[in-house]
Amino acid sequence: MFINFTYGYIRIYSGRRRLMTKVTLEVNGKKVSKDVPDHTLLSVFLRDNLNLTGTHVGCDTSQCGACVVHVNGKSIKSCSTLAADIEGSKVTTIEGLAKDGKLHPMQAAFKKTHGLQCGYCTPGMVMSAVDLLQTKKNPSDQEIREWLEGNICRCTGYQNIVAAVKEAATKM
Amino acid sequence: MKSFNYHAPKDVKDASKLASSSSAFLAGGMTTIPSMKLGLASYKDVIDIKNIKKLSGIKVSGKTVTVGATTKHVEVATSKDVKKAIPALAKLAGNIGDAQVRNRGTIGGSISNNDPSACYPSACMALNAVIHTNKRKIDAEKFFTGMFETALKSGELVEAVEFQIPEKADYQKHPNPASRYAIIGVFVAKHKKDVNVAVTGAKSCVYIDKDLSKKLSSNFSVSAIEGTEVKSSGMNSDMHASAEYRANLVSLYAKKAVEAC
Repeated sequence: MFINFTYGYIRIYSGRRRLMTKVTLEVNGKKVSKDVPDHTLLSVFLRDNLNLTGTHVGCDTSQCGACVVHVNGKSIKSCSTLAADIEGSKVTTIEGLAKDGKLHPMQAAFKKTHGLQCGYCTPGMVMSAVDLLQTKKNPSDQEIREWLEGNICRCTGYQNIVAAVKEAATKM
Repeated sequence: MKSFNYHAPKDVKDASKLASSSSAFLAGGMTTIPSMKLGLASYKDVIDIKNIKKLSGIKVSGKTVTVGATTKHVEVATSKDVKKAIPALAKLAGNIGDAQVRNRGTIGGSISNNDPSACYPSACMALNAVIHTNKRKIDAEKFFTGMFETALKSGELVEAVEFQIPEKADYQKHPNPASRYAIIGVFVAKHKKDVNVAVTGAKSCVYIDKDLSKKLSSNFSVSAIEGTEVKSSGMNSDMHASAEYRANLVSLYAKKAVEAC
């Protein structure tokens, strides 16, 4: 019998089931290794196990994009990815963008153009937009809007977000 | 989400051995994981097949394009080979979900799930695809058997999808603005002898519109299907679109697709 407190509630397992798996990742340049239940989502791993709470969970059904992080350089939704599934990968979260206390050009652009209001969707927006500029250096307004289809903002509208990505494109 | 055991076998045999009535194969997980989180599905064992190398990749031979089961949407969308052989297939893959879904989601997962509004099943039907599993080869029209149902048996795993290269093809989708699933998706493919018009999103399962296909087979032009009334009986009605609206979209998008060919 095993009692699991991982999610703040008690679950009692019995029998011989294997419950934990060791997940080793490189998160924001730092190697981390944790024993977690097999069904641990990457978003949970980042937030609860590593205290990297910059990755937000909005809809929790992979539509809103607040949880976007990079895995091996590509943007993905961490709320719909198992931590065990990306064993050995390099993960970058919003906390990993700023270098030496200086904002990443995308973060600076969001600040400059006021590409946010409440800020809840912003980490996902920023991570997604950084991936866009890796794929395409000078995207058009249309391409930016299409790319950000997977990121939903419920307060600003998207004008300033698109402006931020365009601004960042001149700096990256 | 209920707990489960996670497995990541290295070959198809091991994956198949692990399978049971309470297991699921996991590829991109873009449907499986949200379904488990919502409590719509639960499994004792989740068998991740992404580490099986032979299941990923794109091969083009003279007459066919074969896409491995764990090939991601982004890979199909950006593949030079696919763009050259079947541009409509690359276009379809490039408009599934959003960028992050395309970075994870796979063709094998999409067709095995057989969501009634998924895009890929329409391409399989219109392009006379053959689904290769670890046990047999199944024609697309026999593969998609109903809503979220396929001909796959327990432990049977899609290994690859072999598409027939058409003379011309196009895919037109009216996406749900939130999920980007097809409210209606119409895949038109003109082969040497006949034309297939496959429709997704309209009914409980992807299907070939025989009337439109027949008319386009004898005359491949918009005028051949101008004024053709698509019947709304059996079509889905929901908050996004009524059956009548969907029926109208089928005929509209079929014309759009023929025009774009």
